[in-house]
Amino acid sequence: MIRFQDVAKTFRRTAVLERVSLDILKGDRIALVGSNGAGKTTLIRCLLGEYVHEGRVWVDGLEPRRARREVLARVGFVPQIPPPLKMPVGELVGFAASVCGSDPARMVAVMAELGLDYDRIRRLPFVKLSGGMKQKTLIGVALGRPSDILIMDEPAANLDPEARHIFFRLLAARKDDGIMLITSHRLDEVAALVNRVVEMDMGRVVLDDRVADTVDMASRMACRVTLVRPDEAFARTIADWGFEGGGTHWRGPVNGPDRLRFFAMLSRYTGLIAGLEMAEGKREGNPCATEKV
Amino acid sequence: MIAFLRAARLDVQESLRARWFLFYALVFGGIVVGLFVFGLTESRILGFTGLSRLLVTYIQLCVAILPIFVLITTVRSVAGDREAGVFEYMLSLPVPLSAWYWGRMTGRFTVVFLPVFAAMAAAAAYAEFRQIGVAWDLFAVYTLLLVSLAWAFLGFGMLISVLARSSDVAQTGAFLLWLVLLLFLDLVLLGVLVREQMPLELVVGLALLNPLQSFRTAAILLFDPQMVVLGPAAYVILDSLGAKGYLAFALAWPVLLGTGAAALGYRLFRRGDLP
Repeated sequence: MIRFQDVAKTFRRTAVLERVSLDILKGDRIALVGSNGAGKTTLIRCLLGEYVHEGRVWVDGLEPRRARREVLARVGFVPQIPPPLKMPVGELVGFAASVCGSDPARMVAVMAELGLDYDRIRRLPFVKLSGGMKQKTLIGVALGRPSDILIMDEPAANLDPEARHIFFRLLAARKDDGIMLITSHRLDEVAALVNRVVEMDMGRVVLDDRVADTVDMASRMACRVTLVRPDEAFARTIADWGFEGGGTHWRGPVNGPDRLRFFAMLSRYTGLIAGLEMAEGKREGNPCATEKV
Repeated sequence: MIAFLRAARLDVQESLRARWFLFYALVFGGIVVGLFVFGLTESRILGFTGLSRLLVTYIQLCVAILPIFVLITTVRSVAGDREAGVFEYMLSLPVPLSAWYWGRMTGRFTVVFLPVFAAMAAAAAYAEFRQIGVAWDLFAVYTLLLVSLAWAFLGFGMLISVLARSSDVAQTGAFLLWLVLLLFLDLVLLGVLVREQMPLELVVGLALLNPLQSFRTAAILLFDPQMVVLGPAAYVILDSLGAKGYLAFALAWPVLLGTGAAALGYRLFRRGDLP
């Protein structure tokens, strides 16, 4: 469906992409990982037809650079750094919906699902929103339009735990429909969302592997953490995850796809942890699912 | 077509929100108000008898202010958006590049021309209100001349904006172009050509390639059909083209220049890296 063939890109004699070849098929959910300067964003911009490059890129036989409209009409894109648009949110949604041939109400509905009060922010300049609000707006625009290719650059970085859960659920709902390409510096951020990992380094693909596709993206774990003693730094961190409690006992939900991130966070406080209990909770849309401990 | 209109609308709305637009509108509105105030004060003996002198003065002021305003505000358009990282997102939407580029240019033209025209129209409306005759044919030609001048510098602005990789470079380029057209082609180049005893037709022809000069000369022609202030150059112009021919040239040439520059800018924009 998407083919990169010997794609190379150079900026002022510095090679950023070196003959990258990659085939992406329908149903692929790819984590595009790598450190800063690995070439992830450049590869995405080549796919979006924004860069002139060597080699070829095809989306179902069409080149994004030549058939911009046809290709981009199928692409929902969430950039890592939200653009500093001075236009009001309502204008951005109106413009995006108009050129995408979409219903703005669908975009607004996705934003509402993510917990964004559109009526309150529609007249505000997009650039004045908080990082999370910007991210939710852009996700709303990307998911609220008809697209079978989702390209997301660190999409959940600024989202609160509740919004992350909803975001994962929205992705889960469309995971078999097309292609997802999610970039991240860290695999643990996106591991549970994907079924394929492509790692880039110095402009080359250094790893292209399938991963087990067993995590339910819409699942949520009920979790209890017991500490050996109260700790202020831990309390702040765990509160950010939406946990409640205090002192040595904390409880709260962890999104299924966030498990790895959660464990990574806990690993920083290994010496404090006296007990950890995690159980798969009720799945969205499947209230009869049994809990297991 | 929808994408083109949306892009144009986006630029208009963006400009209307910007401080530069308010300042820009105030400058041109202020000029007309100032001209009225001083014009009325200084014509106590004869009274305010017509709009012609006011329009001529306004046009002469426009030729000094309009191009630099248009250039400075336009060059920030593409270069500024690129520099701020707006393109990565906005051009990931299915907008044809032609619709984006020409839509933005059309939107920008609307906002740079409207205040200039509105100020002039307000002056004409005031004259009508005072039951002083307005030479509407003159008013129409002045309007077209302003369209032509604004379009030319808008085209230059778009080209510079595409060529420059940052808004600082773009603004410097815009200022240099304005300076060259304002000073060098008029004074330095012509001085050299005259000293080298080049044919007068060549000197005048070169001068009129400068859209500022062609505009200024046309404005003089409308006020003074013999163009006495131009001296021998008037003979060359009137003998070669005639008054109507020269007016047609002065209206068409800047439009051609602006369109050519903008088209070249579009070609480069389409062929290069967007963000």
